[in-house]
Amino acid sequence: MNLTVPSSASVSVQGLSLDFGAVSVLKSLNLDIADGEFVVLLGPSGCGKSTLLNCIAGLLDISDGRIFIKGKNVTWQEPAERGIGMVFQSYALYPQMTVEKNLSFGLRVAGTPKDEIARRIARAAEILQIEPLLQRKPAALSGGQRQRVAIGRALVRDVDVFLFDEPLSNLDAKLRSELRVEIKLLHRKLKNTMIYVTHDQIEAMTLADRIAVMRGGVIQQFDAPPVIYNRPVNRFVAGFLGSPGMNFLEGRLEDGKGGWHFAADGISIPLSTYGFERNPVAGSAAFGIRPEHVALNSGEDWPFSMTATVEVVEPMGSDTLVWLLVAGQKFSVRVGAERAPAAGETVTIGFDPMRASLFDGEAGKRI
Amino acid sequence: MSVATADTTSAADGPRGRKPRRTLSRRNIILYGTLFVVAVYYLLPLYVMVVTSLKGMPEIRLGHIFAPPVEITFQPWVKAWAEACTGLNCDGLSRGFWNSVRITVPSVILSIAIASVNGYALANWRFKGAEVFFTILIVGAFIPYQVMLYPIVIILREIGLYGTLTGLVLVHSIFGMPILTLLFRNYFASLPEELFKAARVDGAGFWGIYLRIMLPMSLPIFVVAVIIQITGIWNDFLFGVVYTKPDLYPMTVQLNNIVNSVQGVKEYNVNMAATLLTGLVPLLVYFVSGKLFVRGIAAGAVKG
Amino acid sequence: MRSQSERPNPLFRNLNAKIASIPMVLTALVVFVGGTAWTVLYSFTNSKLLPRWKFVGLDQYERLWSTPRWLVSIENLFIYGALSLVFSFVIGFLLAAMLDRKIRFEDTFRTIFLYPFALSFIVTGLVWQWLLNPDFGVQHVVRSLGWESFTFNPLYDRELVIYGILIAALWQGTGLIMCLMLAGLRSIDEDIWKAARVDGIPVWKTYLFIVIPMLRPVFVTTLVIIASAIVKVYDLVVAQTGGGPGHASEVPAKYVYDYMFLGQNLGQGFAASTMMLLSVVIVIVPWAYLEFGRRGRR
Repeated sequence: MNLTVPSSASVSVQGLSLDFGAVSVLKSLNLDIADGEFVVLLGPSGCGKSTLLNCIAGLLDISDGRIFIKGKNVTWQEPAERGIGMVFQSYALYPQMTVEKNLSFGLRVAGTPKDEIARRIARAAEILQIEPLLQRKPAALSGGQRQRVAIGRALVRDVDVFLFDEPLSNLDAKLRSELRVEIKLLHRKLKNTMIYVTHDQIEAMTLADRIAVMRGGVIQQFDAPPVIYNRPVNRFVAGFLGSPGMNFLEGRLEDGKGGWHFAADGISIPLSTYGFERNPVAGSAAFGIRPEHVALNSGEDWPFSMTATVEVVEPMGSDTLVWLLVAGQKFSVRVGAERAPAAGETVTIGFDPMRASLFDGEAGKRI
Repeated sequence: MSVATADTTSAADGPRGRKPRRTLSRRNIILYGTLFVVAVYYLLPLYVMVVTSLKGMPEIRLGHIFAPPVEITFQPWVKAWAEACTGLNCDGLSRGFWNSVRITVPSVILSIAIASVNGYALANWRFKGAEVFFTILIVGAFIPYQVMLYPIVIILREIGLYGTLTGLVLVHSIFGMPILTLLFRNYFASLPEELFKAARVDGAGFWGIYLRIMLPMSLPIFVVAVIIQITGIWNDFLFGVVYTKPDLYPMTVQLNNIVNSVQGVKEYNVNMAATLLTGLVPLLVYFVSGKLFVRGIAAGAVKG
Repeated sequence: MRSQSERPNPLFRNLNAKIASIPMVLTALVVFVGGTAWTVLYSFTNSKLLPRWKFVGLDQYERLWSTPRWLVSIENLFIYGALSLVFSFVIGFLLAAMLDRKIRFEDTFRTIFLYPFALSFIVTGLVWQWLLNPDFGVQHVVRSLGWESFTFNPLYDRELVIYGILIAALWQGTGLIMCLMLAGLRSIDEDIWKAARVDGIPVWKTYLFIVIPMLRPVFVTTLVIIASAIVKVYDLVVAQTGGGPGHASEVPAKYVYDYMFLGQNLGQGFAASTMMLLSVVIVIVPWAYLEFGRRGRR
């Protein structure tokens, strides 16, 4: 088995497995990341996303498989030899060193000439706008400044691949969105390959060229953000992305006189507009549709519409989430705040199954 | 008007404002009284040591141990330091003091150097089997030393260090290892792991990370370790008496030999001066280090 | 096109860490395991001045348990051990509870109660030898106050001498127990006290029914620490009484030393030290089992 390395791949992970004793943490993962691509590893805590990043960095010894960076097999190389820079959640700045010493530590270890070190620090400090901070100790910096320095530490090393391990999780919401934009700008400027681990779907959606959604040490789906959002391959991916989450109706897939339809407790949703992934088979299934893809009292003609009674109304500022019972199951609809009904009111809802996702009842795979 | 005022007063008659503090409540009298009596009890031996060491022998024979000295004399201190006799020699505690210094200083340095590197390796560079050895080490801390006394005599004799200061330093380093390794391992494990990862990404190796990242961050724990070791090694008696020869005896052994030697008339003032002199180094460490000592004994308690 | 780098020999991975651990490995294997095993093995020989591999079965143990001095040592260890366990716990806890009542001068009191722990057993033994001296010490002082018949002379009384040692040991060690207990008390959530106050539960009841049960782990640790210290007691006896009067204050650790290094009867020393090891194992194993079980549950 002579596996070839994709020539355009910047980072390539092949058959990577990691076991801690009897526990299998990563299960034979494959991942090809193109040069200059921004890839986000997304998943709930414990899904193995940080572990995968640590394996790529060489901070964890893998049990099986191979890792290539820039076409070079780095599976058994030390982290420093892999041409990577890494930014950590806790910033991991050396507390006893000034910002300047923090930035130069790796270069000093490698024996880089002094003038070269100075040149690179100047460049990184300029890009990140941390020149005034160079002589301070990390304790004297704010969270945002610390994270900039941490990015700078990766920057000065002039590496091919940047690894980010939940870099914004320790910051408050406002700073987080600011730095998110900065990281995006940085990527546009440097055009490095970046691998970014997060559990925050907004970070993933906004930053990524492609998202790898992980669960239980397995990559569930690896694709561009809109595909992941609109055409999730399974029920887990569908439920993990989106806030408020996708509505799921449990029921059955049936082939009737009007073609395929989804039936659940008194309702029947025609699926003539739905784009099937594979040939449908009659049986138990789940019908998923996002709250924003459902219209409320629109007066338009939808392929499917029905009336329901409003149970609870949750105003969320810009819009309002309306909770109803559809086929005896909880169902939410997102409407503009100005059009929110009151609890107890009877309303009409309608949607086009084209925007829905169907999953089979057993494995939860997209149909 | 007056009626209205009366009404308000009766309504607001209840407690208001700052609650009067009774500093001399019954509870406080009992509490502070008990603590005071206990404190006096704990201080008494120290007081008796000091006053006895400052009296002349005639005064000791006439008075009682709690009486303050009528005529202060430093003669007992001089004698304890320079002239007191053990069964073998008559040059006082000074010999033992310098022996103890020559034992304690290298032992403290060597044991902490070994244990800190050990703890660092255990916390950050886990390798197969490391935990097994560490567990043996910790269990070993509870094994009575008596079981290992003689095998160590044999080992030291084989490598030609039996009866030398170097041999004793080695023994102190060995028996200091469990508790110090535990101390350092726990401390290094409490440092953020990402710091260690960042240093590895930066290309620093085992010794580079230890010397340039870990050491500068660990000053407090080193101070705690130094406190544990100075007091522990200075106060040791058993290893001193087993593994050295009479002219290399540490201060505690020397002290015991002076006080409990059967020859001659007992000079209680000299004995107490000698006892105080021997206790002075750990007491000084204790009073200077304060809270760090408390932190140290919480960890060092395992040593027993 | 493959540029596979060789998988390095696992033996040489983290080589520096392994080199740095050599002292630990040697200590653990050679001294702790090897030394202990050696002593236990040679306790079945009739080694005298030098260790000699001549197997004699349980002879040494039979002789040990028929030697009056050893029986006195064991009896002393039990009296001393049981009492020092009870008293260190009670005194240590009471002192800690008092210091925990948000009192003034807490640091001063703590410093006073703990300073004896900084002193060696030799110093402790000698001070108390002097304080309990019948001609000048406590007995003399009370008599000179007019109570002529007052007798308090433990160090020269065969029946009482072990209690004299106990007094000194408690003075030296209770500060440590207090500190451990205090740390335990401080770790208890402040809200527990608030809740008890709101519910109107008296302080002593809060201690008895709420705080003490919560301190169980601290008590267990303290118990192990005290117990392993009790078995090792040696220097204190040497300094305070030298084992006298007669053999009345002998303890096992002293028996071991005297037979190994003074009596030139190594076999007896080995057998006695093996018995000490056994007693520690009896204390430690259940504790380690508890600790291990607790970790397993986590």
